[in-house]
Amino acid sequence: MGKTENRPAERSSWQLIARRFSKNRLAMAGVALLALMLLAILLAPAYMPYDEMIKEDVFNRLQRPGEGGHLLGTDELGRDLLARVLYGGRISLLGGMATIAIAFAAGCLIGGAAGYFGGRLDTVLMRFIDMLMAIPPVLLAMAILTALGSGLVNLIISLAISQIPRFARVVRSAVLTLRGSEYIEAARCYGCSSMKIIVRHILPNGIGPIIVSATLTLGQIILSISSMGFLGLGVASPTPEWGTIISENMLNIRYYPYLGLVPGVCICLAVMAVNFIGDGLRDAFDPRTGN
Amino acid sequence: MYLVKYTIKRLLMLIPVILGVTLILYFVLELSPSNPALQILGADASAEQIAALEHEMGLDQPIIVQYVRYILGVLRLDFGSSWVSGYDVLDTFMLRLPDTLMLAFTATLWAVALGIPIGIYAAVKQYGVFDYGSMVLTMLLFSMPSFWLAILCQILFCLVLHWLPATGVGSLRHFILPALVLGANTLASMIRMSRTSMLDVLRQDYIRTARAKGASKAAAIVHHAVGNSLVPVITQIGISFAGCIGGAVVTESIFTIPGLGSMLINAVKARDVPVVMGTVILVAIIVGVINLVVDLVCAKVDPRIDLAA
Repeated sequence: MGKTENRPAERSSWQLIARRFSKNRLAMAGVALLALMLLAILLAPAYMPYDEMIKEDVFNRLQRPGEGGHLLGTDELGRDLLARVLYGGRISLLGGMATIAIAFAAGCLIGGAAGYFGGRLDTVLMRFIDMLMAIPPVLLAMAILTALGSGLVNLIISLAISQIPRFARVVRSAVLTLRGSEYIEAARCYGCSSMKIIVRHILPNGIGPIIVSATLTLGQIILSISSMGFLGLGVASPTPEWGTIISENMLNIRYYPYLGLVPGVCICLAVMAVNFIGDGLRDAFDPRTGN
Repeated sequence: MYLVKYTIKRLLMLIPVILGVTLILYFVLELSPSNPALQILGADASAEQIAALEHEMGLDQPIIVQYVRYILGVLRLDFGSSWVSGYDVLDTFMLRLPDTLMLAFTATLWAVALGIPIGIYAAVKQYGVFDYGSMVLTMLLFSMPSFWLAILCQILFCLVLHWLPATGVGSLRHFILPALVLGANTLASMIRMSRTSMLDVLRQDYIRTARAKGASKAAAIVHHAVGNSLVPVITQIGISFAGCIGGAVVTESIFTIPGLGSMLINAVKARDVPVVMGTVILVAIIVGVINLVVDLVCAKVDPRIDLAA
């Protein structure tokens, strides 16, 4: 009985959010752009086989865009730039998403537990988070990289850990504002377990700011992954990654600008798309803050 | 008087934070599979030599003993010495700090000086051409990786126009490009923050009251709105300055500035644990002090903020 009464209301609140989001033109442009990039990247093996396109070919080195069947030209070693940028996007974009997923899960766990159970657990967890917050994220990630050594997986882990404090704080404050509400008390009176209250009642209502912060952080993470790649602390050459591609081509960019422009523009577009989506989500979840 | 008390209290509160940061870093870096003695002596060292050096460095002790020893060292301002060069960590840090501080300071300075007026003007002329222009600018600056912006600037200003030196230090002119690049992100956040904050203030009742009492629009903005919109912006300046010290890692390596950033990158690549640890702890202290200064300035600007509470 209760369920049939609840359902329309619940659905309509999400529908309202979806409607506000879909009316935001910038956000929809971001969704379209990101979807397009993801499709191009994920389907790359189907239309651009890695082994055929990315092979060293000194006779065709530094071909201008369009020459010799290379749509965006080739680099110093004769590798097709378009193919490298497409495969590089897998690391920059998907790696960024993986980072956020890890930080999100850990942040929910820590922040959720601290906010819901409160008391001594809250104090201990939050002091720990405060200490992590005292270190600028870039430096924290670099310190963890020192311990783990460079490489894609270690890079993702270290960037994820450096973002956990932020997520934990957002989740904790979302849980804290909801914990005292009447419907949570009602659920507790009904005999719901803590787990069920958190997953079924608190998370759906408090997820807004958490998703917004995850989306907006994704843009920063994409930038961080490429910066680390550029500095030689992330993915090692010859694995293509947007930042690594730029650093490999540093010496040739002046005379062959496309080598630096293409991956750079890809990073910009990806981050911009993600930020548009994040801003759109923020306005959709909380129309009061929009301006 | 209570300001002095508050400052001392906050500085004392930094101590547990530093202990905690050290603890976290120490255990994280302890996970490192690398063998420092082997790293220092080189691959052809004998097992006896390695064991002897490990004993000398205290690496054969339990980790808790090593940690306590390290902490006691830190309290005496002894951060150990580099595994690679053998130089004292604190000395190297102090040698390299001025360039990084100079860079972060100039970057923040120009970004704040330009960003706040742009943001305020954009808010006053909301939905005008200037407003949209500034929004597009912040959007671009937020999504551009700083190393890429640095390369573009180097090509334009150094290789094509020959206006500025591309790399190195030595004169103020060397700092112009790096500061420009490093401040770009701060500029974007300054514009966005002061615009949002100003829009918020402009909707308040007291602005309408001031206008109703006959204050001109300009007077209402200058006398009533600007000051009230500054507090979140000042907080953001602190965050951005701390961010600049972190972001300097990238900028310094591109412009080959011998500051903390380039030192840190080399240390991370060489897995030089004492240098990484010392640098991160010292930067955390600097960031803590910056946050304290920001809070003091905010309290000065806005008397409603009660530091004693």
